[in-house]
This record gives sequence, C-alpha cells and structure tokens, in this order.
Amino acid sequence: MKLPHHVHLLAHAKLRRIRALVWKETHQVLRDPSSIAIGVILPLILILLFGYGLSLDVKNVPIAVVVDQPTAEAMELVASLQLSPYFKPRLLRAMPPAQELLLAHAVDGIVRIPADFSRHVGAGDAQVQLIVHGGDANRARIIQGYVQGALGAWSARQAAQGQQAAAVPVSVQTRLWFNEADNSSYFLVPGLVVLVMTLIGGLLTAMVMAREWERGTLEALLVTPVRSDEILLGKTLPYFLLALIGFALCVLSARFLFHVPLRGALWVLLSASMLYVLVALGIGLLISSWVKNQLVASQLTMLVTFMPAFMLSGFLFDLRSTPAAVQVISYALPARYYVALLQTVFLAGDVWSVIVPNTLALAAMAAALALGSRAAMRKTLE
Amino acid sequence: MNARAPALVAQQLHKRFQRKDESPVQALHGVSFEARYGELTALVGPDGAGKTTLMRLAAALLHVDAGSLSVLGIDIASDPQQVQDRISYMPQRFGLYEDLTVQENLDLYADLHGVSADGRAQRYPALFDMTALGPFRSRLAGQLSGGMKQKLGLACTLVRSPELLLLDEPTVGVDPISRRELWDIVRQLVAEQGLTVVLSTAYLDEAERCSHVILLHQGKVLSQGSPQQVAAMAAGHCFVAVPSAQQSARALQARLLDEPDVVDAVPDGGRVRFVRAAVGKPAVIEHALEGLAVDPVLPRFEDGFMMLLRTAVERERLPPISVTRPVAGHAGHAVVQVQRLLKKFGAFTAVDHISFEVRRGEIFGLLGPNGAGKTTTFRMLCGLLVPTAGQLRVAGADVRSASASARARLGYVAQKFALYGPLSVLENLEFFASAYGLRGERKRARIAWATQQFELGEHLRTTSSQLPGGYKQRLAMAAALLHEPEILFLDEPTSGADPLARRSFWRRITALADQGVTIIVTTHFMQEAEYCDHIAIMDSGQVLSQGSPAEVRQRARTQARPEPSMEDAFIAVVEQARAAQAAA
Repeated sequence: MKLPHHVHLLAHAKLRRIRALVWKETHQVLRDPSSIAIGVILPLILILLFGYGLSLDVKNVPIAVVVDQPTAEAMELVASLQLSPYFKPRLLRAMPPAQELLLAHAVDGIVRIPADFSRHVGAGDAQVQLIVHGGDANRARIIQGYVQGALGAWSARQAAQGQQAAAVPVSVQTRLWFNEADNSSYFLVPGLVVLVMTLIGGLLTAMVMAREWERGTLEALLVTPVRSDEILLGKTLPYFLLALIGFALCVLSARFLFHVPLRGALWVLLSASMLYVLVALGIGLLISSWVKNQLVASQLTMLVTFMPAFMLSGFLFDLRSTPAAVQVISYALPARYYVALLQTVFLAGDVWSVIVPNTLALAAMAAALALGSRAAMRKTLE
Repeated sequence: MNARAPALVAQQLHKRFQRKDESPVQALHGVSFEARYGELTALVGPDGAGKTTLMRLAAALLHVDAGSLSVLGIDIASDPQQVQDRISYMPQRFGLYEDLTVQENLDLYADLHGVSADGRAQRYPALFDMTALGPFRSRLAGQLSGGMKQKLGLACTLVRSPELLLLDEPTVGVDPISRRELWDIVRQLVAEQGLTVVLSTAYLDEAERCSHVILLHQGKVLSQGSPQQVAAMAAGHCFVAVPSAQQSARALQARLLDEPDVVDAVPDGGRVRFVRAAVGKPAVIEHALEGLAVDPVLPRFEDGFMMLLRTAVERERLPPISVTRPVAGHAGHAVVQVQRLLKKFGAFTAVDHISFEVRRGEIFGLLGPNGAGKTTTFRMLCGLLVPTAGQLRVAGADVRSASASARARLGYVAQKFALYGPLSVLENLEFFASAYGLRGERKRARIAWATQQFELGEHLRTTSSQLPGGYKQRLAMAAALLHEPEILFLDEPTSGADPLARRSFWRRITALADQGVTIIVTTHFMQEAEYCDHIAIMDSGQVLSQGSPAEVRQRARTQARPEPSMEDAFIAVVEQARAAQAAA
C-alpha cells in the first residue's frame, strides 16, 4: 500500500520531533550526574548493600558451651560445634559465667553438656541443654535449628563409627532445611533486582517530568507542534535504556558476585525485565503528571512503588503467610509478578506455567499505564 | 493585509481558577479585544490583572470558561494543536534547558518546529547576529546571564517565522541594557518582516512603543487604544514642580502624593512630575507647592495609565509608616563603610575593590546589569559571604569579626520570595519574630505593628504562597522590619512589581528613611534611582560612577543628549566602561 505523500511528510516530521526529544533527553542525562546516579550508581549501591548486608543466613553465632565434665564424648561434641561454620563457641566449665554472657548478649545461646552426658550416651538417652537468647525470635529459631543440626551430625558420625547410635532426644531433621543451600542470596538477589528496577524505573521518569514542570521548560515546549505522545516517548526511550543498563549491572552482579544460578533462558529474563521496566517508567510518568514537584514526586514514587515492592511482593516475606486482605492488595502490585518471574527464571528455570501468566499480567499493566499516561498528559496547564 | 481578519480576536472571555480551601479567583471577566497582523499589541496592567492568563489562553494552554478566543482564525477550543503549530510563545520564565548549550537549545526548537537544514542555514546567522549570542554557542544555557537567557529564549521562539509571537513579560528582571537589546530585536522584526506580536508588560515605557495597548485591571479591560490616545487622557493634568533648595525631590513627591487631588507623583530628574485629577493650574494644592515653579508638561503614556487606574482603584491611602523605636546616632553619620572590598570565587572576581559609604537615614541605590556583582556585595554587607579582602564596617562593627551582633541590626529582603510559602502570613511573622529573638509582649506588639503598617490584616490567615505579588513583597518587608533594624537591605524589591505596587513600596521606603532607617537597595528600574540620595552604578564587579542621581546624570551629559534620563546615563556609563575595557 502506498501512502499519500503528505502522510509521509507528517510521519517524517513526527519522527524528527521524537528524535529531537530523545536526543535532548540523552544529552541531559549525560550531563546531569543525578540521572546517572539513579540509573547506574544507585542499582550498584543497592545490590551491594542489600546483597551483602541483608542476609537471612546466620553464621559465626557466638555461643557458650558449658562442659560440666570433659569426657571424650563431650569433647567430641564440642569439637563438632567448633568445626561448624555457624558457631563461634566459647568453652566454659561452669554455668554462672555463661549465664552472665547470655545476659550481656555477648553470646546468643548456651549449649550445656551435663556431667552425666557420657554415661547417658552409653545408655542411649543422653541430653544436652540448649538455651537461646530469644530477643530475635527468628534468629533464635535458626540457632536452635543449627544446634540440632550439629548434634545430628555428631550422632550420625558416632553411628558411622560403629558405636551405638546415641538417641539424642532432639529432632535431627531441622525445620529450617530451606536454608540447606547455606546461602540466602539465591533467594534474595532476584528479589533485589526487582527492588532496584522498581526504584530506578519509577524515580527516573517521575523526577524528570517534575523537573520540567519545576523549571518551566514544559510550558514553552507545549506551545510547539510537539504532540503529547511524542513527549511521552521522548521521556520513555532514554530512561528505558538507562534502566536496562542498571538491570544489566544487577544481573551481572547476581551472577558473578553472588553466584546466583541462572537456570532459565536469558531471553526470557530480558523480555520479562523490559516489560517490567516499562511498567515502572509508566508509574513514574503517571505520578509526575499529577505531581509537579520533584521532591513530592520522588517521595510518592518511593511510597507507591518501592515500599510495597519491598514488603508485599513476596521478596522478603512469603505472601502465603500474610492475611487475605494483604494478599488481595499484592495482586495489584506489578512487583509481585516480576518477583515470581525472576525467582523462577533464576532458580527454577523456564517453568512456563509460572512465566506465562505473570508475563501476561505485566503486559496488561504496561498497556494500561501507557494509556493512562497518554490520557493524563494533556497539552494544557490545567 | 487590512482585508484580513485580526490575528487574535477575544470576545467576552471569562476564566476562573479554583483554589484549594479558598474562594475561586475570577482571572478574566468579560475581556474583549483584537490584535492586528503586523502590529505590536501590548497587554498592560498591574499584578493580577489577568495578563498571563490571557497569554496562556492565546497559547491554547488553558481552556476558556465562557466567551470565545480565536487565534489566526482558529477557535482555540476546537483545535488547540493547530494554534500551537503556528504560533510561538515565550512564557514569563522561558524554560531553557540549562544543561543544553545555546546551540543545542536552538536545534531542539528548530527540530520541533520542523525547520529544514536550509532554513537553519538562513535563519541561524540572523538570530546570532541579532542576539549577539554567536560567541556563546557552545556555552551551557544555565551559565548565561539573565539578559542573555531571555535573548536565547526569544531566539528559540524565532527559529522560524511564527504567524503570531506571544511574549509574556519578556523583560522582567532584565537589566536596562539587555532590555533595550531585546526591544531592538522585536521592533526590528515587526518593522522589517511584519511579524505580529502580542506581549504583556509591567513596564509602561515599553507599552508606549507598541501600536495598540490594552489596559487590564482585575480581569477587565479598562481601556484600549494607541499609546497616544491613552496619554491624551491626561492632557492638561500633568505638571512638573521644582523643589526648593532645602527640599529634596523625594520629600516634595511624598508631600504631593498625600494630596487628595494628586493622582500620581514621581521624582523625575531632580524635579517632581505629577498628575492631578482636576484640569488646569493647581490652585487647591498650592500650600504644598508654595513658592515653587510649576510648569505644565505634555502627558506621557504613564500619566494616562495612572489616570485610568485611579478611576478603577480606590487610592491606597498609606498610613505613613512609623518606626516605634527611634534609631540611635546622628543623621549624616556613616553607618556603612566599604573600602577596597574584594570578593573572588576561584579565579572569578565578582566584586573588584569597590568603596562607598552610606550615611544614616540615606537611601543608597546599587544599580547595575545582571551579573554586575550587586547581590554578592549585598551578601557581604549582611555577613552572609566572607570578603576576600578589604574593609567592611556595618553599623559600627567589622562584619568579619562581629557578624552576629552586626546582623541583629540589619534587615534583609532577598531577591526571591524567601518566606515559607506553605505557612500563613501570621505564622511567617511569628516565625521570623521568634527567629530574631522577640518574645512575649514585644513580639505581639511588633507583629501588630507590622500587620497594621503593611495592611496585612485581612490576609493574616492566607497561605503565603497564594498571596498576590504585591502582598508577598509587603510580607517580606514586614518580616525584615520586625526586629527594628537600623539598616534595611532590599535586593531588587520591585522586580516584576506593577506601577501601583512600586509606588506604595517607595512611599514606605522614603518614610522609613525619613525616620532614620538606612536603606540600601538594588533595582533595575532606572526611574527608581531618583528616589535615592546616592547611587552607585556597578558593572563587572566595579563601581563605575557614584554620587547623587543628579550628579550621575550630569556626568553623562553629551551634546547629542543634553538632558539624559537616568536610564540614558546608566547605559552610557556602562557602555563607556565596556568599550574602554575592550580597547585595553
């Protein structure tokens, strides 16, 4: 089909305007350190900070080990605690100093091996007392699990050595075996990528549109042949690319810094992420079409994107254990779908039954936001 | 050309803005006017007259509530985009992209307007020639001076010949030299290329240069016609009086303004120009003019404008401002002494060994183009910046060693509105009173004083950011006077203010000076220099000329211009110095 000449001309003028806007925005990004900071430096800082600082692993826990009578069996148990990477045991001969240490929170727990331990090992009903500092219930449970694990390992060794297996009165299989990978970054880093993308996607566009309002640059721009969809495209394209650079940094550090496996296909990861970046940029654009002040725009972006993504996306807390109402709300959060996608693609592989519905949800959101921003971006000051 | 319909036709325009928590504002109330092709049409009026609203309506940025507005024959309600395709618009704050260079800003607008490479090759040299921005092509727009920014903004609207050019207060905050250059560009385009321009302005001398003037007041058209027609309304009402040897022009002007029959009075070249409500030789005000030479003069546009405005506005009868605590010291005693003051920012010398003295109860004016070093000087005087070298004594104290105690005796009104926008007027006053260490009975008394003197009573609960411009300025002054400073610093206090607000501002300032408060002020309005006892003209960090307004004017006398106005004198002094520097 051959288009009439004037349609070609119009399309040409339109492309030229979009190109001019994209080019302008790119120059601004390159000269304005704050955009680069949000797009590149911020993701790096966040991923390093969260990746190293936010860890659900418990390692090198200081504990006191009280040995009432240093028999061979007792010392063997002590040795197995000392060899564990999870504990930093301090060997004590009596209970009172250990209690003091616990009170001062210099240790997180006390393992007491009673005087009659060896005798009971022989009889098959040996007992070890474990006292855990309960200040942080979560940590306490983990420590409890680890001690049980260490005891289990010890009794297994005893059994393997042909001695009579000690019927240690604790469950050997801990409830915390999800941590058996001994590394929570498998679980956390994909979620972090979501957080970073949410933050930079939303912030970038919310800030730059609000900046145009604040500096009065938009008023002059509006009274030109430029159309509102062109302004939106001109804003979206450069920041889309910038956000993808941030994304690449995140994936690279996930892969090579935190050694998170990528079990799914790279193209699936990339397409899902591009969709999500569009959603995040769309939220930013929508926010900045109501809010014409950079400070308020950035606060609002944090509030409606980052915080819920942090709390309610299933990144930190399992959504299944939250109240029903919160679960319903979480369905409105794009981050929820992206978390599911990333955790699947990184850790499980291309599980299409998870990927397809979540991708569709993101696509629907991206389309709705594009339409919404288009409607909100009118060429008036009212 | 004459057969064409006008470029802009407004009929019974109404526009109302909804405000949060407050009654809506009727910005336009049945405005009708026309602007013809190939002419310069000016919208003139005080703050809040509706000038900017009209401009934005014409740029299709706002919707009309009632009435109709057609621009280039297109109804803006039916096809706003087509209007925006064909006109150019320069908003009050032209949004240049400050992190783009001059050339990049121009290119952006050329691309948006679809200007071809050939078109650019033809247009750019002319634009660079007109604006003299050629040497600064690769400079970031953010690093241009205020006047250059305005010129670049204008150039951006002229990347192609628009069918209509809208300029919203294009010269606000621009120094006289840049202002003249901007006007030269616009007039040249109208004369040579038949450009159609509609502009709004608060400068009455600018309106005088347009072919058609629409006087707006509170959303209504007061009058329209040629500037000559407006001036003619004051024919027979205008006089010039020469003050006696013992009297300053300022004192005579203040005296005349208090007369009910006097519509307007301004100091003008050592004399006082006044307009009276009745026609003929002033007999009723003879006691104010006893023994003085009074001559009738030809009316100016400004005189006609003031006549018209006075019919619409109840004259603000200012309570003569009174200082409750007499200022210590003798009149004539030097309160500010500046000797070889130097301020460097890295390699850049902002203030270059300037010296001057200000005596108690004087009004001292610092005049200069944008970037001359006025604000830097001010900040050093107030102890906000540490001088690189030189002597600086304010209220008897060396500011460098005793800035805290010296500062307690100063009041400072910054160039930008520096009060807390979200707080109400009363909350702002209370905050500043506490900040100055006032409390208890004295705090209450001072706030009551400020409220009464600046007539802020009915606005006490209004959010400061929503005050009309003139009131913001009053509030800023009231806040600066709460602690009864001996010296008041005002940095471009009248920038962007309309003629009415400027007159009441100066009335208050002269009253304060008469009661011993020392005033140091910077201004872009050369006319206002006439209110000062002494002025210093600055450029590139140096004082080029100082003395009384009459002395400075006299020094600029040439054969071609035997009676230079203050503006002429200013431009001559600055241009001479710049030429001398270029030659050296």
